[in-house]
Amino acid sequence: MDRLRRSMMFIPGNNPGMLQNAGLYGADTIILDCEDAVAITEKDSARNLVFQAISEMNYGTEVAVRINHISTPFGWDDLKRILPAKPDLIRLPMCQGPEEIRQIDEVISEAEHKNNFAAGSIKMMAAVETPKGLRLAYEIASASPRMVALAIGAEDFTANLKTTRSKLGRELFAARGQLVLAAREAGVQCIDTVFADVNDEAGLKNELELIKEMGFDGKSVVNPRQVTVVHQFFAPTAKEIDYAQRVLAAYQEALEKKSGVISLNGKMIDLPIVARAERVLAYAKATAAKGGR
Amino acid sequence: MSKVRKTAQAGTVESSDIMIMLAPAEAGTGIKVELVSPTMQQYGKQMINLITKILVDHGIDDVLVNANDKGALDCTIKARVITALERAGE
Repeated sequence: MDRLRRSMMFIPGNNPGMLQNAGLYGADTIILDCEDAVAITEKDSARNLVFQAISEMNYGTEVAVRINHISTPFGWDDLKRILPAKPDLIRLPMCQGPEEIRQIDEVISEAEHKNNFAAGSIKMMAAVETPKGLRLAYEIASASPRMVALAIGAEDFTANLKTTRSKLGRELFAARGQLVLAAREAGVQCIDTVFADVNDEAGLKNELELIKEMGFDGKSVVNPRQVTVVHQFFAPTAKEIDYAQRVLAAYQEALEKKSGVISLNGKMIDLPIVARAERVLAYAKATAAKGGR
Repeated sequence: MSKVRKTAQAGTVESSDIMIMLAPAEAGTGIKVELVSPTMQQYGKQMINLITKILVDHGIDDVLVNANDKGALDCTIKARVITALERAGE
């Protein structure tokens, strides 16, 4: 079972109050943001604060840092300052191709060596926010063994498509589908974009239903209120767990009887169904390990 | 780096933050910290010591510090003092 990343919660990197409470809401990953949530005049301030926060706070959860893009005057400085604090994960925004991942991978390797961190212990993920990035999504995801996830940034993406975001998300359907395919081919997780209207819980639930069906592993969130809703959607239901257990029991019985054909309640069970049942139970176990949250 | 060359500021007066202002001082002045904090009685001395230690660790001998605390943790104080130092043209 991959590490759970159902919710990845953004925390503005220059806000001490939010940084000190970031670990309290149960998000699977917190993303300390040095990019969009920070005013251009405060980039230096945010990277110093994020460095100190990671060094001194015990968040008890996965800690990611969203750096500024390496083509801006801030991206490399973010990495230089923050890597010695050993974040778990570096998230690159607006990724346009595998070369960017390889360049950052090299800098992380140097920092790991210099600070005596285990090689490969700092992971990476990238957000695709342009048509070019989406076209190269598989290459991006497989550019480094550090890569654990792809994400989609919908606001920039829809702006690049010259359209706008809608409640139904039709404008993102092709992109989301393509991103899931690339992530699955590369063997990394796939994380959906934020749902910005924190007061629209029904809208959030509709979007969660869609992305869960499409195969996403989790969602970026912008408000602690969204964390529980997201986790509820990604947790297997009691019915799904019960069915998965019965599938595996029937499979085991067939193996013991050396029977070629397996059936459960009159329906044929084949290997993909067994694999799905195993995934449901692994997921249930992983969520139970987090106190069912 | 061992000199504050110009006035510089970092941080905000939002809750849980601290605003640090550094100003150059004549040689021999030493490190002078003026602190305002809602927890002055309980933590004032500790905070002044922390600010002073960061400045000493960065090789600063002479500086005037004005700190307006709004309940900042140590990690925030460190980050804001270091940012102000970098902005002061170390």
